[in-house]
Amino acid sequence: MSRRKDVRSVVPLQLVAAIVAVSSFAFTAANPLPQGVIHAGVVFGLFIALGEILRVTLPGGRQAAPLAAAGSLAFALLPEINGVQLPGVAFAVTVVTLASIIGSLPRVFVGRGLHLDEVSQRVLMTATAAALIRPWLELTTNSNVQLIAMVVAGALAGLLEIALAAATRANEARVPFSVALVDEFRAMIGITTAVTATGVLMALAAGRMNYWALPVFAVPMLLTQFSFRRYASIEATYLQTIRALSKVTEVGGYTETGHARRVSRLASRIGSEMGMTERELTDLEYAALMHDIGQLAWPEPFPGGATSLIAPVHQRRIAELGAQVVRQSGALDSVAQIVERQADAYRPQRGLPDATLPLASRIIRVANAYDDAVGASLDMERMHYALDRLSGGTDRDYDPAVVDALGRIVDRRLEESYS
Amino acid sequence: MRDFPLRTRVFITAVIVAGLLGVVSCVLHVWHGPDVFTHVCEIVALALLVFASETFSAALARSVATREGVSISVTMPIAMASVLILGPWGAPLVTAMVALEPRPTPWFKRFFNGGMNVLATFGAAWVYVWLHALLSHEPVAPFPGAVEFDPVTVLIPMLAATLVHETINGILMVTVLALAERVSPWRVWFGTMAESALPLFIYSIFGLMLAVVWSTISPLASVLVLAPLMVARWVFTMFSARQEAYESTIRSLIQAVETKDAYTRGHSERVSRASVLIGRSAGMREDRVSSLRYAGMLHDVGKLGVPTRILQKSGKLTDEEFDAIKMHPTRGREITKDLEFLGEAVEGILLHHERMDGRGYPNGLQGDEIPEFARILSVADAFDSMTTTRSYRGARSIEEALEELRRCKDTQFDANFVEALVAAVTREGWDVVDTTDQVTPSHGSPAMGSDDDDPTASTQLGLGLATPVDTAALDAFLTDVLSDSGNQTAKDSGGAS
Repeated sequence: MSRRKDVRSVVPLQLVAAIVAVSSFAFTAANPLPQGVIHAGVVFGLFIALGEILRVTLPGGRQAAPLAAAGSLAFALLPEINGVQLPGVAFAVTVVTLASIIGSLPRVFVGRGLHLDEVSQRVLMTATAAALIRPWLELTTNSNVQLIAMVVAGALAGLLEIALAAATRANEARVPFSVALVDEFRAMIGITTAVTATGVLMALAAGRMNYWALPVFAVPMLLTQFSFRRYASIEATYLQTIRALSKVTEVGGYTETGHARRVSRLASRIGSEMGMTERELTDLEYAALMHDIGQLAWPEPFPGGATSLIAPVHQRRIAELGAQVVRQSGALDSVAQIVERQADAYRPQRGLPDATLPLASRIIRVANAYDDAVGASLDMERMHYALDRLSGGTDRDYDPAVVDALGRIVDRRLEESYS
Repeated sequence: MRDFPLRTRVFITAVIVAGLLGVVSCVLHVWHGPDVFTHVCEIVALALLVFASETFSAALARSVATREGVSISVTMPIAMASVLILGPWGAPLVTAMVALEPRPTPWFKRFFNGGMNVLATFGAAWVYVWLHALLSHEPVAPFPGAVEFDPVTVLIPMLAATLVHETINGILMVTVLALAERVSPWRVWFGTMAESALPLFIYSIFGLMLAVVWSTISPLASVLVLAPLMVARWVFTMFSARQEAYESTIRSLIQAVETKDAYTRGHSERVSRASVLIGRSAGMREDRVSSLRYAGMLHDVGKLGVPTRILQKSGKLTDEEFDAIKMHPTRGREITKDLEFLGEAVEGILLHHERMDGRGYPNGLQGDEIPEFARILSVADAFDSMTTTRSYRGARSIEEALEELRRCKDTQFDANFVEALVAAVTREGWDVVDTTDQVTPSHGSPAMGSDDDDPTASTQLGLGLATPVDTAALDAFLTDVLSDSGNQTAKDSGGAS
């Protein structure tokens, strides 16, 4: 079922890209190319294919091939090389498309599949950059004007790529486009800046340094790529550690096995259902993993570890103690705030909702109560019973919007388990 | 400035005066040289580039809200490009700009930084000119102007010049630190220089690229060379912020267990330090040592699972309660087993209460059956327990503790690791001071019970606490110096306070 959804969502983007690519192939095949042009295409194509192999994982789990992207942009912007004038948009698109597919082949062979949406984005990015720059290259030979035109064309093409990636993700992950755009922009702006600068430099320098421009200006890009890799790896280790340490309450018998992880998974799902950005989701996940840390200061575990069943004053004390521990780290203040308010009622006075209560805290409260009732069980009756009880509590304790979102998630899960 | 000793003030003043003299003579040379207008324009443009990149990086660093760790300098490549483009009489005027750095900095530090950079650039530029002339067999014009790439006559002199720049900066910085803080210059020197081999290469390449792009394509395009570097710097800043957050998160979670017992506060941190000392002293590889550091930090994490009531109980424990405490290594393993980066440290955590004679727990292993990490942790754990105050006894002196460890080797401890610790402590000393932030326990009473996890619980006597030394301030200062090896800045923390 999820497969069909993916295919449906990316079809328009891939369709447009395919039309652009095929018409470029046709146009290129119909016109004879001079030797020097073919030579340039092969060299740049090899560079792009190689860059496609040297991929990097960005923080947040996104994949990118910055060297391939920079090479593609450079080839789209390139007016001439080795004294040979390059023919234009169609040829650039042809070379970039073929090279990207060839560069992805090793991954296909090891069974990781072809990222068609990523290739499509690059095809459209190349076409845009090439189409934007051509008029300027014919208009002027002033290198400063060309430089500015290239930077503008490259930046616009880069922004287009970000927007396309956001559209793809909005469809796949069922998040609003605006949220996906913010996420994508935050995650990609650094690497896109570096790619644009490198692509423009390669295109400019190729007039003078010929093909030496490619390896020389790949060095800064590799440094950037290296720093991203290190960052992504520490990010992953961080999450892994918090996950592991969230087990301390279970190991000590304070909570049931897997409670923290289930709450965090459920909270993340509710969060993305309610349109939270990635940054907010990360904080939510950390807070959910550590929401019971405060119990450690308690002399004895509570029966069954079910904090939703103890007196509100104790719940709040645990939340405060937990927040204190989290705040101690000095780096997770927003997480500490979420943990601190996880036990606060949605409508403290049985009237208006508390406007200062963070959405993440409301989500954790609901997810925690749900898991206390259901746990790892897959019993349908229990799930419905838990949902009913939560709905009954929306006049005071729980945010009705969060309970609704949870209801939709539970329904979907039941549907999936029956189909 | 007034807080510094006289000799430091004299040295700082000397550097500032030398820098000012350098600036004046550079200005005179430019003024009386050829193409005054072009050179002034180039100098101003490059200086603006330095200023802009500094401002931009500072803004980025602020947005991440951290002190910077070891990072990449954006100023350094511009300085090296200036050496190529402007030569010895122009380049120092560009690097003098670091005195105008956008961070709030006391005036004498600004001038000292400026002076230091002027001297370093001047020296680097002359080395470049001299080597370039030697290798290309032709004299260099005082203001080189156009730069064409050549691996022998340009790249090699460039690498040498960068080395000279870093060395002059390094010597001046180390001297002022040694004078102000009374630290061994070698310690500082080793710290700064060991890390600068890769940056050195990067700065040379980037400086070269910048100069070539500047003079053959367009000065505007050189900004593009800096863009990937800026991005890399930004990511490095975020990386060090994350790493800091990472370590402090582990630390604060560990402190959550230590708040349960006021007497063990800082214990994990110190066991971690002692384990690292032993590992290094025993000649372990650096990646294992790093794993050992985390093992020390996490060795008692399983205690988080022991009910607070038992940990804080005064008086004798029942067998059942004692068994609950004995469970902590097993629980520690359960918690940490999914942490891939810990590797063999997980087994170390499980088995750190084993004894060489087989009378330890949880498995009663003997001698070589116990993995190295566990044997190291056991020595470090005992050493820290003996040298800190517990509710039921005072702390022993370091000498007494080491003597006690030696007495128990082969029955309880691995002799090799005991000797490794003795050697390391004799060589480098040992601070008993708690370097972790103090936690105010808001819940529960301060523990009055004994530490039932104390590996040396049977042997209690001794007095006297070693004198705490304030290493934190110095460390902060050193880290700041390391943070930007191209633009070595004596920032506010520590040095002047």
